[in-house]
Amino acid sequence: MSSRKRFGTLAAVGVLLATVAVAYTVQAANRAAPADVTAIDLAQPGQILFRDTASGRAAAVAIGDPGGPRSVSAWACDRVYAAAATAVCLQPTAGLTPAFAAVVLDRYLAEVSRARHPGIPNRARVGSGGSHVAFTAFVTGHSYAKEGFSTRTSIVDIANNRTYGDIETLQIYHEGRKISTLDVNLWGVTFAADGKRFYASMSTGGKTYLVEADIATWEARTLRENAECPSLSPDGHHIVFKKRVSDDGARPWQLYVLDLRSRAEWALPSTLNVDDQAAWLDEKTVMYSLLREDGGTDIWASAVTGQSPPKLLIANASSPSVL
Amino acid sequence: MYLASTVRPTPTVRTGTKVAGTVLALGTVSLITDVSAEMVTAVLPLYFVVGLGLSPLQLGFLDGLYTGASALSRLAGGHLADRWRRRKAVATGGYATSAVTKVLLLLAGSSVPALGAVLVADRVGKGLRTAPRDALIAANSTPATMGRSFGVHRAMDTAGALLGPLLAFALLWFTTGAYDAVFVTSACIALAGVMVLVLFVREQRAPAIATQRVPLLRDRRFRRVCVRSTALGLVTIGDAFVFLLLQQRFGFDIALFPLLPLVSALSFLLLAVPLGRLADRLGRWQIFIGGYLILAAVYTLLLTTVASPVVLIGCLILHGAFYAATDGVLAAAVAEVVPESARATGLAIVATGQSLGRFAATIAFGAMWTWWGPNRALTVMLGLLAVAVVAMSLTRQRLPQDAS
Repeated sequence: MSSRKRFGTLAAVGVLLATVAVAYTVQAANRAAPADVTAIDLAQPGQILFRDTASGRAAAVAIGDPGGPRSVSAWACDRVYAAAATAVCLQPTAGLTPAFAAVVLDRYLAEVSRARHPGIPNRARVGSGGSHVAFTAFVTGHSYAKEGFSTRTSIVDIANNRTYGDIETLQIYHEGRKISTLDVNLWGVTFAADGKRFYASMSTGGKTYLVEADIATWEARTLRENAECPSLSPDGHHIVFKKRVSDDGARPWQLYVLDLRSRAEWALPSTLNVDDQAAWLDEKTVMYSLLREDGGTDIWASAVTGQSPPKLLIANASSPSVL
Repeated sequence: MYLASTVRPTPTVRTGTKVAGTVLALGTVSLITDVSAEMVTAVLPLYFVVGLGLSPLQLGFLDGLYTGASALSRLAGGHLADRWRRRKAVATGGYATSAVTKVLLLLAGSSVPALGAVLVADRVGKGLRTAPRDALIAANSTPATMGRSFGVHRAMDTAGALLGPLLAFALLWFTTGAYDAVFVTSACIALAGVMVLVLFVREQRAPAIATQRVPLLRDRRFRRVCVRSTALGLVTIGDAFVFLLLQQRFGFDIALFPLLPLVSALSFLLLAVPLGRLADRLGRWQIFIGGYLILAAVYTLLLTTVASPVVLIGCLILHGAFYAATDGVLAAAVAEVVPESARATGLAIVATGQSLGRFAATIAFGAMWTWWGPNRALTVMLGLLAVAVVAMSLTRQRLPQDAS
């Protein structure tokens, strides 16, 4: 083949490949931009806020008709959560390295504040009074971790406009003794209704613990072992959490309920594949994201007592919270 | 009868000191392929966690499998390229395999075993192509330009690796998180790389030699190269540890952490050609051993308690210089002692020995870190590195010298 022919062939194939890549990318960008954006009022009760996975945007449906029409907002969020007419949206940002913007939104989803954080966003919560926001991201190189990943959890005090960039500065007590925070990871915050305390999961020395922390004194203590991603019930009496029940790397956890008064715990039936921080739909039901075989995600609901199996709540959705 | 004493390398009819067009073409293929590969590498953790909702830890258990797959496929690629005398065909197969895996990633959905299998297939493709490609670079260079050719290739390769993440994150931002667009674009770019290889890399068939069956490992000069590069691999701590140690020492904002490998890669990119040329003039082994002296300087800086930004930047520049002085230069040194008919095999054996050595060193260093803490672990590695470098410098006169 002559040199001219070779360049010609390369140019033709190059144009073809570029067309495919550009066309696909433009199609993907349009897919993420729904034509009609609907207004959402976070103060309107009887709705579930979630991430619509088709568009990647925050959306809402009526609790009474979760399979019904969705109001899709303009906010693209990797994780979203709302309480007390305040929402937090963890938004992907462009850059050389993984990072995201934590955007606090008011009841009409107008931006209140925005801050850039490093890592891959993973969990998001708003305190029930709307005064605090918490989120967790996976970061690399934070500490010497075997797998190369660790977590970084931040809390934003909205009222006082203060950000705790990394809650690992907490003074943590285990069985009455202070523990060194060098090998400590904290993630999955859930706020108490009083606005003064929160629960979270902690790992140290290869074990995980449920911790209870006081925001004012910035101290925490361990409550029990083997508990991840806690979620406190609206009445503050129960915590749903992920318990490691198997060494099978593909499905190591099951959802459990802990009664904080009696310290009794029980498993939620058929929740072996769940890897999410659950959210309470009402005093008797929790909801969580579940991955399908094809890579899609749906929101399922489980009753916290009894043996009834989980029910599909919202298809092609993740990050649920009740308004 | 030893292979190297019976067979004279047939020098390609190329004189002068310019880098051959085929070397530039191979550099272009690597640049394009690395843009494609690093795009995927950069977004993969995000895809697993945000896109699929998997835990990033769930794919960590495959680390050993990846290393094993890379090693075996690299040896297979080298062996087949020599045996069939078709280096270009084997390299093309490797590049094409990796291009296809970009699309397979999407088809794997959220199944952890399927994702693992796709990632292993990608490593196999990378393993297959490496040795035949380096053998083609060597075949298109003269002894006087060998170091420079490999330097040019490694610089182009690293440039691609720097551009890939930029493109990937720009696409994610433009499409608001459409990972499939990143994978499809990556596949298209990888296919363009394969096209450049097919159209612009010319192969003169390597000479078939009757004595080719003589085991390469019985050649004394080659064996020495293997033993030395593997031994030095055993005293090299992984890149991740270097960056972690820097982060611990300097305690800078975690947001800056991912920039450390970029500074190091930039230094590698800028120094690969000058150090390759220097290796052509002063001798490849001198520069190769010099590279490990630079690594010893990195370890020493990591052990100092001076928390100055100059130390941080210096460490990263030296770390890049270590790669510039050892990566392409080692390939050039191997090409010098192995005749063309067995060169892909020889390159594969040396690279495999070195990477298995590094893998063992990473495990050992991780264990020492856990038991003794980072400073003592690093001191032990520095001591071992010093012993190895001194021992090799003392026996330098018996090492293969440049043909030029």
